[in-house]
Amino acid sequence: MIVRILSEGQYRVDGDTLEQIKVLDDQLMEALTANQADRFRELLATVAELVRRGTALDPEHLVESDLILPASDTTLEEAKRLFADPA
Amino acid sequence: MGLMARVSTIFKSKVNTVLDKAEDPRETLEYSYQKQVEQLQNIRRGIAEVVTSKKRLELQAARLQQSADQQDANARDAVRANRDDLAQEALTRKQGFTSQIAGLQTQIDDLAREEARLTDLQQKLQAKVESFRTQKEVIKAQYSAAQAQVKIGEAFTGLGEDMADVNMALQRAQDKTEGMKARAAAIDSLSENPAFAADALPSSGDSIRDELNKLQASSGVSDELAKLKAELGQGDKA
Repeated sequence: MIVRILSEGQYRVDGDTLEQIKVLDDQLMEALTANQADRFRELLATVAELVRRGTALDPEHLVESDLILPASDTTLEEAKRLFADPA
Repeated sequence: MGLMARVSTIFKSKVNTVLDKAEDPRETLEYSYQKQVEQLQNIRRGIAEVVTSKKRLELQAARLQQSADQQDANARDAVRANRDDLAQEALTRKQGFTSQIAGLQTQIDDLAREEARLTDLQQKLQAKVESFRTQKEVIKAQYSAAQAQVKIGEAFTGLGEDMADVNMALQRAQDKTEGMKARAAAIDSLSENPAFAADALPSSGDSIRDELNKLQASSGVSDELAKLKAELGQGDKA
């Protein structure tokens, strides 16, 4: 799977790492819904770290991502705005 | 559904608005290439704006440092003249300046990170645009409109995603510089009006916290005064 970290780049992530990411990704959504800023920040950093373990794609490749992670320093407030204003 | 899948969905709609598709896919190629070149210029402008804001804050920090140094000199003169009251006043002002400088430094660091982020994105986008330009020429030369349609699909979405990504990063950088402008203006008025500096601790919006901060600042001033006296050999000799 191709995962993009916004404002950073794309990575190819597979296998166990992807499974771990999926579990944490659901928790990220929970943290966002429950307004848990600290938990959100920690989870986001952990997920970004896992994604970076994958193979970084050469910037010259033009491929679509399967999953997109917000920039790793995105705050809870910014993430909420992202969902509130999809335009 | 997790967060990432949702972000992806939102993003796909952004991608479609970044790159409008034309009737003839070969026209689409030309059009999106123009868009990419424009966006590279936007990033350059964005970087320039961040750098300008950062320089402005650095100048402010330097000016505040001068004011802090001046108050430090005042305090020394006051101690030599045995005027503890004046020394205390000067050190309180100095603390006000010092805490403003620390606040500015955090923002300067923040802008430096934005600058690095945008510069990195600029380099990556540059590489992608170059690669897209080559693919575009090949597709235009070798394929009919219908074949081109199939051929460009992936490259097109991939690139649109990058451009939407850059748009968001630019927006974030802009929001940050905007917020800092207001704060910078407030600090300017502070350094021009020294009377302000006596009460320079910014309100935290919590009155108990504010009182405690003041208490901490004033004990900081007493400590510094004692240190200064010792340094100048004017401590209580009793």
